[in-house]
Amino acid sequence: MSIIIGKDSKVIVQGITGSEGSFHTASMLGYGTPVVAGVTPGKGGQEVEGVPVYNTVAEAVGSHGTDTSIMFVPARFATDAVIEAIDAGLKTLVVITEGIPQKDAIAFVARATQKGGVTIIGPNCPGIISPPHRVKVGIMPNHIFKPGSVGIASRSGTLTYEIAWHITSAGLGQSTCVGLGGDAIVGLDFIKLLELFQDDEETESIVLIGEIGGNAEELAAEYIAETGYPKPVVAYIAGRLAPSGKRMGHAGAIIMGASGTAKSKIDAFARAGVPVVEKPSDIVGFLAKQEKLQNG
Amino acid sequence: MKLFEYEAKEILARYGITVPRGAVASSPVEVEEVAREIGGPVALKSQVLVAGRGKAGGIVFADNAVEAGKAATGLIGSDIKGSLVRQLLVEEKLDITREFYASVAVDRQARRYVVLVSTEGGVDIEETALASPDKIARCWVDPITGFNKTGVEEELSGQLEIGREDAIGLADIIATLYTVALDCDAELVELNPLGRTESGGMVAADARIIIDDNALFRHPELTDSAAVGFDDTTLEAEARRSNLAYVDLDGDIGIVGNGAGLVMATLDLVYHFGGRPANFLDIGGGGSLDITRKGVLLVMSRPEVKAVLVNILGGITRCDVVAQAVIEALNESSVKKPVVVRMMGTNEAEGNRMLREAGINSYPDMEKAIEEIVKL
Repeated sequence: MSIIIGKDSKVIVQGITGSEGSFHTASMLGYGTPVVAGVTPGKGGQEVEGVPVYNTVAEAVGSHGTDTSIMFVPARFATDAVIEAIDAGLKTLVVITEGIPQKDAIAFVARATQKGGVTIIGPNCPGIISPPHRVKVGIMPNHIFKPGSVGIASRSGTLTYEIAWHITSAGLGQSTCVGLGGDAIVGLDFIKLLELFQDDEETESIVLIGEIGGNAEELAAEYIAETGYPKPVVAYIAGRLAPSGKRMGHAGAIIMGASGTAKSKIDAFARAGVPVVEKPSDIVGFLAKQEKLQNG
Repeated sequence: MKLFEYEAKEILARYGITVPRGAVASSPVEVEEVAREIGGPVALKSQVLVAGRGKAGGIVFADNAVEAGKAATGLIGSDIKGSLVRQLLVEEKLDITREFYASVAVDRQARRYVVLVSTEGGVDIEETALASPDKIARCWVDPITGFNKTGVEEELSGQLEIGREDAIGLADIIATLYTVALDCDAELVELNPLGRTESGGMVAADARIIIDDNALFRHPELTDSAAVGFDDTTLEAEARRSNLAYVDLDGDIGIVGNGAGLVMATLDLVYHFGGRPANFLDIGGGGSLDITRKGVLLVMSRPEVKAVLVNILGGITRCDVVAQAVIEALNESSVKKPVVVRMMGTNEAEGNRMLREAGINSYPDMEKAIEEIVKL
């Protein structure tokens, strides 16, 4: 069993007729993800990559009985699309869209909480991939990943690829990798994901990739220390050189006054006994050591 | 995006929050005129976006209009914590009997708006949180049910040493701040200090509003604000016009990369290997030929930059397109500087061949490329 998504996840693509939506539909299908339907209002009846397109999520769900959606809907229409998906009864929503206002994200995360049992990944994220099951609900390049036992939880897309590539090149592999998103307000967070990895027998160790802004890493560190988290965790934090008050590419990557610095996050992990590596390539050494320990 | 104090106060006044009488002025003559209209002692407040301008000498009091004009001569054009003072907000000097702090802000972890009120007005809230956390009241607004004024009133009375009158007054003001936050898509609406005057009324002595950049498309009224790009350097302003995420740093190795996290990691690694990055530049996912070329040219144009590192991990981004962009940029640029490319992913072999033919070094490994550029 993988976490959040599995071999049987039937996926719909909201915004499938756009250039990103159709490109990544092909890539997900190519990887092995069962993409069963697409949704674009007004484009019902068309096909993209052989996948039927519907006008509404409800129609797509009615015809295919899915519970997972990935969203490529432009920022100004994304909130309506997410709420439509929640109301249609979907349980896993991957929001790729960048540039969604915080107020809107607050509103749809609240709606998901109210409804119960709904997981939102993102917004502004690369999605989720489980190489052992060849299933991807996301936009990451397929060839970088390889089946294995390392779980990745990350706030950054390309940095996830970088680190996944090091892991793959070293002959190790990944169980499930989740990009949580680079915005200030995201659905799934480090703590919830650590809980899922804890119960996942495919995942033996976890790489946590953080960056400046907010305090999600500090809270994850506290959680690890307080619960005596049972699986080895190694962290990498980007943005040691980031100046205060400047947004570093991601909407959520900003140091405000004294809060959100890389140092604060690194110190928090140090207090929790979680090693923080200096370079992405150092992660492999740490993981190899863990593997050796486990295999006696 | 941070708004200027006078812009924040204009918005707050529209929602019925009392602000001091005053107006913004950009020359000593204008300052004197405004001060004369106000009559009596005035405060001259530098309109900059950095925090802590008071301590840095950015706020000056004057007893009358003539004094105000004289004081303005020293303030306008001065430098407050790296920001040029172009305008002053001239306001009546307030008679405040008690100062509070009140704000509504986005709480990232709670994924809702948080209300913060403190009896330590005029002090930075982060300092209060460290020095006297018991003097801060916090409560959260349920995004489904909305603002509950009675609930906030009770929270304030329970958590702070304040009378009932003040609790009611503060809850009223916070309710308004929440409406402003929603209407303006603000991630912060802050009154500090919020003063209670002799007559018992509450007045916003200082105000700060930060608008969520992602929501600016809904606020065409703000796109002409002088606050847009106020603290940008020349290159940051140029990058903003080209929709590039660019931040100036003080080193000499220019950086171009794709993805915020990867670029931040690149900066950290350059430093780790003994170099100093000159900038942050994220060309984004699926960076086109044009964007990449513009990015390389922008970074190379900076006189301090001795060499440029291009770090691309191609998922959607095609390496041959990146190679083409780097070659075009080098041909176009009037100044020639060494370029090292790290490139991996889609069409990698073709991209590498193109770079080799153009005499540009490229590596599949990021750390090797960084070590190489640091040695130059």
